[in-house]
Amino acid sequence: MSRSLSWRGRRPARPILAMMESDGELLLRLRSGDERAFVGLVERYHEPMLRLAAAFVPSRAVAEEVVQDTWLAALRGLAGFEGRSSLKTWLFAICVNQARKTGTREHRSIPVADPEPVVDPSRFDASGGWSAPPEHWIEVAEGRMEAGKLADRIRAWIGELPARQREVVLLRDVEGMSGEEVCAVLALSDANQRVLLHRGRSRLRQLCEDEFREVR
Amino acid sequence: MRLLRGRDLVCRQAVELVTDYLEGALSRSARRRFEAHLAGCPHCTEYLAQMRETISLTGRVAPEDLTPQMRDEFVDLYRRWQSEQQ
Repeated sequence: MSRSLSWRGRRPARPILAMMESDGELLLRLRSGDERAFVGLVERYHEPMLRLAAAFVPSRAVAEEVVQDTWLAALRGLAGFEGRSSLKTWLFAICVNQARKTGTREHRSIPVADPEPVVDPSRFDASGGWSAPPEHWIEVAEGRMEAGKLADRIRAWIGELPARQREVVLLRDVEGMSGEEVCAVLALSDANQRVLLHRGRSRLRQLCEDEFREVR
Repeated sequence: MRLLRGRDLVCRQAVELVTDYLEGALSRSARRRFEAHLAGCPHCTEYLAQMRETISLTGRVAPEDLTPQMRDEFVDLYRRWQSEQQ
């Protein structure tokens, strides 16, 4: 995985085969014994699952093992896959189960209904209005993103979120899964999924503000 | 929703509702009060824009692609699995 460390900005073109086929088509070919279909699926989901697994286990190396085990478990379970969920949801759920078996890296308590505020309370006055309002940073961040200098930074910030927030942010905002899919993959209630998403996104917003606020 | 009934939202409450708002998870009355607050509060409007921008930036952290070496490893994995099947 040395490439992932040196990767900057633009992604290389993916093979046309994997770009064009739906999961369902890949699945059909996979079941008929086409190894290229398997490689197509791996190309699509290996990295996303590595990042997901890394939210559960202590090191990249362990995450790699978890994902290898996931692919084997998926191949073994292929005959039993009934298509009640999407292939992606099914794969990611296997990955989460493998990762949880391998060992969680922190105690996973259910988030409470009324967690800590997401914005530092000292930024509001006694009446609850902003005393230190949000500083402008959107244009600066966009410029940095355009220049290809921001993706790695955000990747690192996501990596530093508490595990459960990281899992939800990865699946929702990096992978673009729906809330419903994420609840299925992580076995979360809809309300808890939203609490974790809110905390994770709010933290990332604060990090952007800290990093990019316009110097006046 | 931790909204006080019949009272206007304050900024400290509004920032806690942003995700539920974006997810379409607010009740109709909570949504109305949230939007009424935004209409009179440029700071919370900016805050909402920044949350949207955060989501957009995160969405551009692209997945990485496989190296040719990894691809070979997965072909091997698949072949091992196939031979197990026989």
